[in-house]
Amino acid sequence: MMFLNGITWLLVFQLAGEVAVRLLDWPVPGPVLGMLMLFIVLLVARQVPASLDTASTGLLAHLSLLFVPAGVGIMVHADRLLAEWLPIVAVLLVTTLLTMLFTAGVMLLASRWLAPGYQREGQSHD
Amino acid sequence: MTEPDLADIWVYLSASPLLGLTMTLVAYLLAFRLYQRSGGSPMLNPVLVAVAMIILVLLVTGIPYRDYFDGAQFVHFLLGPATVALAVPLFQQLSRLRQLWLPVAIAIVSGVVFAAGSSIALAWLLGASTETQLSLAPKSATAPVAMGISETIGGLPSLTAVLVVVTGIVGAVLGTRLFQVCRIRDDSVRGIAMGVAAHGIGTARAFQVNNTMGAFSGLAMALSAFATALIVPWLVDLIGL
Repeated sequence: MMFLNGITWLLVFQLAGEVAVRLLDWPVPGPVLGMLMLFIVLLVARQVPASLDTASTGLLAHLSLLFVPAGVGIMVHADRLLAEWLPIVAVLLVTTLLTMLFTAGVMLLASRWLAPGYQREGQSHD
Repeated sequence: MTEPDLADIWVYLSASPLLGLTMTLVAYLLAFRLYQRSGGSPMLNPVLVAVAMIILVLLVTGIPYRDYFDGAQFVHFLLGPATVALAVPLFQQLSRLRQLWLPVAIAIVSGVVFAAGSSIALAWLLGASTETQLSLAPKSATAPVAMGISETIGGLPSLTAVLVVVTGIVGAVLGTRLFQVCRIRDDSVRGIAMGVAAHGIGTARAFQVNNTMGAFSGLAMALSAFATALIVPWLVDLIGL
C-alpha cells in the first residue's frame, strides 16, 4: 500500500502540473510544474509522508533505467547522426565537460564570496 | 494436437508490448550487474551497456524501434512521476540549501545559460542544421523536461531524448576523472556541477561517489530542470533561431 499511495500522489501532482501548464499556456513542461507544486506543499507540511518517501526513493534509485528506452531511440536518428556526426559528437563531449568546469568554477567563487562560513564537506566525511 | 509452431510464437511476441518491456528490464539488470562486478567502472555505465545490448538484439531480430517502444514506453512514462519525485530530495536538502542558496542559485543559472549557449554556438560553428542546434540546446536538462523544451523551441523531441542520454553518459563516465584532474574536491561543488551538466545519469553516478555529492547533484538537476525550462526558450528567442 505504501508504494501505491506514494506513486498515486506523484501522478496526481504530475496531472495537476500538466493541466495547469495547458490552462496557463506556460512554456514549462508539466512534470516540472508538478515538482514545484509538490515542493511547495512539502514546505507547508514541513515533512515528507512515509509513502511519498518510499515511492520517490524507489523511483529515483533506478532513475538510469528510465533513460534506456529513449537511449535506444538513437537507432531512429542514425541517418542524421551520421550526416552531422562531427558537430554532434563535438558538442556532446566538449560542452558537457566545459559546462561542468564552468559551473564548478562559478560555484567555488560564489560560495567563497557569499557563504564563507559554510562548513565544507570533503570526501572523507560521507 | 499440432506441434506449437515457433514462428507463431515469434509473431505473437514481436507484436506484444511484453517483449520490449521485458527486454528493457533484463538488459538493464544485466548491465547493472556487470557494472557492479567491475567495481563501478564508469566506462561500463549501465545505461550505455543496456542501450547497446538492446540495439544489438533489435538489429539481429529485425524488430523495428516503434514495436520495441510499444513495450518500453511503460518504463519511459515513469520519467514524468520521477521528475515530480525530485521535490522530495530537494525538500530534504533544504537545510543545506538554506546556507548555500545564493551561490547555488548563481551557479545553476549561469551553468544553464552556459550549457545551452555553448551547445548552440559550437553546433552552429561546426555547421549543424538549425533543427540539430535546437535539439542540442536543452541537452543538459533531464529527459522529460528537455523533450518538452525541444518541442517548444522547434527541435526534434525524440532526437533531444537521445542527446540527453548521451550527455548524461559523457558526464557520468568522464566527470569524476575531470574533477580529479582539476583538483575540485568539494562535494557540494562537484555535485552541483554534475547535476547541472549531466542530470539524472550524472546524479546516479554522484550517489556512487558519496551521499553528499549525490544530494547536491539531485538538487542541481531539479533546479536546473526548472531553470532550463524558463531560460532556454527565452535564450533561443534572443539569439533569433
